[in-house]
Amino acid sequence: MAALLPTASTGTPVATDIPVEPPAGMRRRRWVPYALLAPGLAWLAVFFVYPVFQLAMASLWDPSGSVETGYSFAWAFSNYSTAWELFNEQFVRSLWYALLTTVICVLLGYPLAYAIAVKGGRWKNLMLVGVIAPFFTSYLVRTYSWKAILSDSGPVVEFLRWTHLLGPDGRLLATEFAVIAGLVYNFLPFMVLPLYASLERLDLRLLEAARDLYHGPVRSFLRVTLPLSLPGVLAGTLLTFIPAAGDYVNAQLLGGPKTQMIGSVIYSRFLVVNDYPIASALSMMLMLTILVLVMIYLKLFGTEEVV
Amino acid sequence: MRGFWRWIAEKWVLLLGFVLLAYLFVPIAVVMLLSFNQPASRNTTYVLDLSTFDFTWHNWTDICGAAGLCDSLMRSIYVGLSATLIATILGTLISFALVRYRFWGRGSTNTLIFLPMATPEIVMGTSLLTLFLGLQIPMGFLTILIAHVMFCISFVVVTVKARLAGLDPRLQEAAMDLYATPWQAFRLVILPLVLPGIVAAALLAFSLSFDDFIITNFVTGTSDYTTFPMFIWGSNLRGIPPQVNAIATAMFLISFAFVIAGQLRTRRRSARRAATS
Amino acid sequence: MTDQDLCIENVTKTFGGFTAVDDLTLTIPDGSFFALLGASGCGKTTTLRMVAGLEEPTAGRITLGGLDITRMRPYKRPVNTVFQSYALFPHMSVADNVAFGLRRKGENRADTRRKVAEMLDLVQLGQYGSRRPAQLSGGQQQRVALARALVNQPEVLLLDEPLGALDLKLRRQMQIELKRIQTEVGITFVHVTHDQEEAMTMADTVAVMQAGRIEQLGAPAEMYEFPASAFVANFLGQSNLIKAEVTGQADGHVTVDAHGNRLAVPSARCRVTSGTALLGVRPEKLHLADGLAAVPSGHAAVQGVVTDASFTGVSTQYLVRAPWGSELTVFVPNSGIAAPALPGAQVAVHWSPAHSFLVGS
Repeated sequence: MAALLPTASTGTPVATDIPVEPPAGMRRRRWVPYALLAPGLAWLAVFFVYPVFQLAMASLWDPSGSVETGYSFAWAFSNYSTAWELFNEQFVRSLWYALLTTVICVLLGYPLAYAIAVKGGRWKNLMLVGVIAPFFTSYLVRTYSWKAILSDSGPVVEFLRWTHLLGPDGRLLATEFAVIAGLVYNFLPFMVLPLYASLERLDLRLLEAARDLYHGPVRSFLRVTLPLSLPGVLAGTLLTFIPAAGDYVNAQLLGGPKTQMIGSVIYSRFLVVNDYPIASALSMMLMLTILVLVMIYLKLFGTEEVV
Repeated sequence: MRGFWRWIAEKWVLLLGFVLLAYLFVPIAVVMLLSFNQPASRNTTYVLDLSTFDFTWHNWTDICGAAGLCDSLMRSIYVGLSATLIATILGTLISFALVRYRFWGRGSTNTLIFLPMATPEIVMGTSLLTLFLGLQIPMGFLTILIAHVMFCISFVVVTVKARLAGLDPRLQEAAMDLYATPWQAFRLVILPLVLPGIVAAALLAFSLSFDDFIITNFVTGTSDYTTFPMFIWGSNLRGIPPQVNAIATAMFLISFAFVIAGQLRTRRRSARRAATS
Repeated sequence: MTDQDLCIENVTKTFGGFTAVDDLTLTIPDGSFFALLGASGCGKTTTLRMVAGLEEPTAGRITLGGLDITRMRPYKRPVNTVFQSYALFPHMSVADNVAFGLRRKGENRADTRRKVAEMLDLVQLGQYGSRRPAQLSGGQQQRVALARALVNQPEVLLLDEPLGALDLKLRRQMQIELKRIQTEVGITFVHVTHDQEEAMTMADTVAVMQAGRIEQLGAPAEMYEFPASAFVANFLGQSNLIKAEVTGQADGHVTVDAHGNRLAVPSARCRVTSGTALLGVRPEKLHLADGLAAVPSGHAAVQGVVTDASFTGVSTQYLVRAPWGSELTVFVPNSGIAAPALPGAQVAVHWSPAHSFLVGS
């Protein structure tokens, strides 16, 4: 490119007509942006970056220590293998549940976002309020409400027993179904909102042109609408997968021992058993795994700025 | 009959949308319903069984009746407001720097803002717990506030940044060209135009802080600074008082009323504008 | 010349390694309508922004009425700008937009209200004071932007492609309007544009810029008739440029050899008098004849074949292939005198030497 367009190689040239920087009257002071950043970034550095570093250190503490005797740093990488041996089942299950949740959220969230953005018309704003309405109540209360809905004497189970889809002793609570249903419910708005944002920006004339070109709504959807809304799908899947993988509320309230997720394990290792080295190792494993997965995902499908 | 099917063919996407919205609303409706139920015991607060439904106004008339419930609500509001104030200020400053200046380290700043959003809450909770334990900082209001501000900042930055980026940079130049000092240009032109973004960010921060449970659970420790979500979690074993449903319903109705009022205001304003043109 | 002239002296502006404005020196007389004309990226907008105080020159000096304003803050300069996208404040009414500058200068309320009303009347928007900018059409917004700048009675008004966003018809109308307003208020207008017709219609003086430098400066007619370079000849209107070798000078003429044709150009119309040059003639100054015999005496001529004729209403536009392969464009007015030539016809293209010019290649 640079060879073809000699002026483009210097970076600034033609763009100088449209400045991005503030006018000269303000730009003279180069320290201004740093002054604006300093307090917020300091907060993040001290209470996010440093603690994660601390956590990484704690994951390498000598596991023979205890809260009473104190811990010593020992490069104990064995904590990771111990953690994996003890809890690989919950670890893999968490990622699997998060994946299922994300896929179901895309399948439910896409039509909803599409309905609002493209077909919403005068209902658009009201429908958007409907999407964020669950946030108006508490997360825990919502999850408890699902517990009530899916409870053994609740209407859903009764209906399923009546239709014999569920045996006379069959239940929904403490099953995978209940946990994933809770996760899907709680994270669906996080999928719908970014999807809506990207579909809303879509030029409707493009869709009409696509119908002319590809004949038929299905093909024009697959060739035009879907690719153009991919940034929204990308942001939505991240916003769903990440919190779902680390969640323990749904597993704890709606699930049973067989549906335990890694969040519950970390929670109980930290706050009940007080086994800090193993708990820290589990936390680090979760964080690094998600980071690697996100990076691979963004490499494969990503645009530069998701947020 | 044919007309009906054609109507379905045209509107099925919209209909499906409304069905999904109804699904989102179901648990809220159940909470509303349960707020009028007198459970047989506290352990059956969250059992939906219409055959044993026992209608009562009691949960509403004696909404603070459960020990500690309204105290926890007030704490959540207090923490929420404080965290919102700090996070909104810090986050807005960052977004101004990111959008309006080109400086060394801009890329890494963006990454640092993105990371907390890409980190599961449980990791942030455990790492803060490790930090506070290591520094022997007593758990309580301060640690909860620190944590809430930390995870709210990124969301504030993203929200305000979106609004700022949509702003024509020439507006500021125009103001300065028309004899406004940089401060006047900010106060009279930039701030009023970015304000809706800042308000949206503050609302988002408040709802994130008010509703946070996972991180708060780690940084409350053994202190008695129990927020509303922590109160519900902590009541799990003894049973959740049914007043929680009344409070959740009230929260929903108040928020809903606010949002609808805001919508109506903008609609009326645009209608008036359309009428004058 | 009065003492409120705007002087740009040896101004250079670089962005990183890129030179946007290169050692520019320019005097814009008080009260004139001055146009800076050039393609995008030629440095015209940067020049304007430096006068406004929105960019700072890397080197050089800008003075206004003898006062050095090179590093003066934009809000302290007696200079106002009409921005390309208008940059109207969307959250304020039209009247508040117009009053913005007066209020910043601390003008009292009564005066502000009176001046705003007068100015809105001047731009024919008296009824629209309470509206928001978004409720106005593009042309109306453009006039609000003009009123907002003019109401401050600046020494110099800067206009950055002010008509760029308007459709053709509205643009014509606004060109006349702008010229009327400028005559009425008598303020120096510096108008940046890439549209040569717009520049020539409105400005007393036009400066053609290229690569950060001024190629030529002068009255529109003068520049059109006798461009200083091949770039100006092509940028302002259309030109036929024929490659030619200077062979000598005699009797106030420069003689050249163009692909074997010996042609003469008056010395006064030659930018170069030796070496390889380009002989230029505007298409409307070229005439068609059936053959060399029909060429009036004293006219220069070359033979060719008509390859294309397109009827455009007021004129017919011919393409004539010269023996050396390149095509000449000829505009023949549709005055009903000459019979139309058909493609394939052998013709002689001729012109008065006084209409030709010689520029460096």
